[in-house]
Amino acid sequence: MTGWTRDQMAARAARELEDGFYVNLGIGIPTLVANHIPAGVDLMLHSENGILGLGPFPLAGEADADLINAGKETITELDRTSYVSSAESFAMVRGGHIDASVLGAMEVSEDGDLANWTIPGKLVKGPGGAMDLVAGVRRVIVLMEHVSKDGAPKFRDHCTLPLTGANVVDMLITNLAVFARSDRHSPFRLLETAPGIGLEELRARTSARFV
Amino acid sequence: MARKIYEDARSALDGLLRDGITIAAGGFGLCGIPETLIDEVRRSAVGRLTIISNNAGIEDFGLGKLLQTRQVAKMISSFMGGNREFERQYLAGEVEVEFCPQGTLAERIRAGGAGIPGFYTRTGVGTLIAEGKEVRMFGDTAYLLESGLRADVALVKAWKGDPHGNLLFRKSARNFNPVVATCGRVTVAEVEELVGPGEIGADRIHTPGIYVDRLILATSNEKRIERLTVREEAA
Repeated sequence: MTGWTRDQMAARAARELEDGFYVNLGIGIPTLVANHIPAGVDLMLHSENGILGLGPFPLAGEADADLINAGKETITELDRTSYVSSAESFAMVRGGHIDASVLGAMEVSEDGDLANWTIPGKLVKGPGGAMDLVAGVRRVIVLMEHVSKDGAPKFRDHCTLPLTGANVVDMLITNLAVFARSDRHSPFRLLETAPGIGLEELRARTSARFV
Repeated sequence: MARKIYEDARSALDGLLRDGITIAAGGFGLCGIPETLIDEVRRSAVGRLTIISNNAGIEDFGLGKLLQTRQVAKMISSFMGGNREFERQYLAGEVEVEFCPQGTLAERIRAGGAGIPGFYTRTGVGTLIAEGKEVRMFGDTAYLLESGLRADVALVKAWKGDPHGNLLFRKSARNFNPVVATCGRVTVAEVEELVGPGEIGADRIHTPGIYVDRLILATSNEKRIERLTVREEAA
């Protein structure tokens, strides 16, 4: 079992983004999505701390401590950039003004529940802006490995970890397959599988129901 | 006109710091944090503090400095990733944490400063964040009741400030600072540059001086970078 690389997963997610979209990209694999935006698609990237219109990483020696993204990485400004307060930034999120959010996950359930902020007793990061994003952004796309390091399915009948949001995921892209649903009352449908991944193997590595 | 400019951090915080108070601090990560004022809170050795801030810096910089000295009893934050000492104190039960989603935190601070005691939001419905909170339906959607936040003292960092307390922030160092400035019973700002009246330009002021009670010229502007990321120059 290998399936798609992280870059191939990111490229698949990038194909979901339309010209003119305002998009929030999470930390980890979602960050790679910015490298795969199709030609002719012009996006405005949003960062939770208060930036609209994120530029690329700076050249060596040109980093500015006052200019970081939500992952605390140094970035740059473009001729389209605007800065706002964090309250205004989340008004955009909560108000449904952001078209798509691409984020990572520890678990996703067949009902579209998402868990990605804590493993009780072991790891606490905190929700950061993820709970706000999944509650407010119109389309939520999750990128994650299909199974955990010990081989347990991460696309599950229900999440075992504390939720970031209930019934919030619209599309799931893993290294093995792509699932999506037309609305938040419908079950996830299998759209694509990675080369060499059969349906039987996929089902064996998935505890979620899908059609 | 009230004199807002103070000589240094010690005089600006004089009479404000006591054990058990609530302090709100601007900043996101290590960006736009009131470095000079945090150092003075540490020097004062006040304890049992409740701190409202998106995160707590890193182990040895930013608000992490107050966790190192065990001056903090409770944090109201959205994120502790990046500061292992904060995570360790939390898991060991040494510091209490009220986790608050980032946007909800920003809005709770904004609401507190605007005299709004509570508001409803979809964020956190169906999660641990909702425990003990009123859930109300608007149409067919469930919303959580979240409360506004006030602080005894609010600490902010700005790029430029004038004698009236008007502030201008720079790039993403703005982050939580404008809302934090509104939520303090007393708000103290440190600025990188003190400028004359009118120099910021009335149309460009981000935080009007009505929210700022005391102002100092920052003496610590280290602005440490948490994650330096660069790209290769195109050939």
